[in-house]
Amino acid sequence: MEIGLTINGTERSADVPAATLLVDMLRDELGLTGTHIGCDTSQCGACNVLLDGKVVKSCTLLAAQAVGTQVTTIEGLADGDMLHPMQAAFKAEHGLQCGFCTPGMVMAGLEIVRRHGTQVTAEQVTHDLEGNLCRCTGYINIVKAIVTGARAMGETVDA
Amino acid sequence: MRDFALSRPTTLAEAAAAFASGGEAAYLAGGHTLLPAMKSRLRMPDTLIDLSALPGITGVHHEADRLWIGALTTHAAVADDATVQSTIPGLARAALLIGDPMVRNRGTIGGVLANNDPAADYPAMAVAMDAVIETDRASHSADDYFQGMFATALEDGEIITRIGFRIPERAAYAKFRHPASRYAIVGVFVARFADGEVRVGIIGAGPGVFRWPQAEAALKNDFSPAAIKGLVLDSADLNTDIHAGPEYRAHLCGVMLANAVGEA
Repeated sequence: MEIGLTINGTERSADVPAATLLVDMLRDELGLTGTHIGCDTSQCGACNVLLDGKVVKSCTLLAAQAVGTQVTTIEGLADGDMLHPMQAAFKAEHGLQCGFCTPGMVMAGLEIVRRHGTQVTAEQVTHDLEGNLCRCTGYINIVKAIVTGARAMGETVDA
Repeated sequence: MRDFALSRPTTLAEAAAAFASGGEAAYLAGGHTLLPAMKSRLRMPDTLIDLSALPGITGVHHEADRLWIGALTTHAAVADDATVQSTIPGLARAALLIGDPMVRNRGTIGGVLANNDPAADYPAMAVAMDAVIETDRASHSADDYFQGMFATALEDGEIITRIGFRIPERAAYAKFRHPASRYAIVGVFVARFADGEVRVGIIGAGPGVFRWPQAEAALKNDFSPAAIKGLVLDSADLNTDIHAGPEYRAHLCGVMLANAVGEA
């Protein structure tokens, strides 16, 4: 079936079987491999994308369920060479080691700012990261990165 | 996942017709149970019927002594809704304890109640708040609706349209999660109504949601954690697995109920 949706501001489409997951359409049909498949069992959050601005697991959503929506993937965050403040914060705070979970963590970070605002606390971040697994870092620097990214997003808005 | 024919009806009648069109059919709500089951081929429907385009099946509506929630309302929408927060704040807080942020953005109350997983949270709220579960063809009371593990009063093809909770004066939910899977080992919702009635719904502990009449009676006399101190649930019919045996689950039911009463 023909699936049409807007990805990172650009209208895209693909002709795929109805059983195609959104993550597989992004990666295999559209070449957007920044969205990762970690567990494929809805637990790890590596496949997180924004669907109409809200974070969802793209491994637990049919591409057909996203028809007509606005999808934002990790590729859609940077402005040319300028990293999004949340991405820059992960770099500055060393919020990653192997990097596999990072795209999903950044997307979860954006959801945390959407829900709690740019003055979010480390405790709120820790609570709201319960659907994202990282097997390297122990999460300390990831929490720091999201707090730093949130503050930076506040400054960007205020500027 | 095996391929299927996808249908996206815009009326309840079209949805029921698609369900009856032959072969195995399944309704898709939030999909956070069904799609994982389809990936592992525990479920292989020939026809998948996406309910998301049905009109009037989301949202919150306060009417007399009940709060009505549309079946396809997500957990995040329940948690964030101003009417839920003002009429049953314990329900808004409980919705925030379901799954994780991504699950809450997709999972729906109707999907949870139709599936009736023994560790799902909403059956506890439905039983404790004397819910009415309305469908395209009937109206079920929560006490009759839940019939054990993954079993409900729904007939083949029946679609939940909305859930009406009787509004309590005080209510709260407490759950003890498995530290890795985050599923409830025990979850307890308690509700106290204006006429003094107290209802307790327990999930995770048994093969399906159940009430605890002795605790309800004790709390009716004295709505405080002290009123149930020393009261122990009969563990005969409780679940046992590598995480928790029946006696431990019975103990947790008392502790979680006391926590919920303290918070309510």
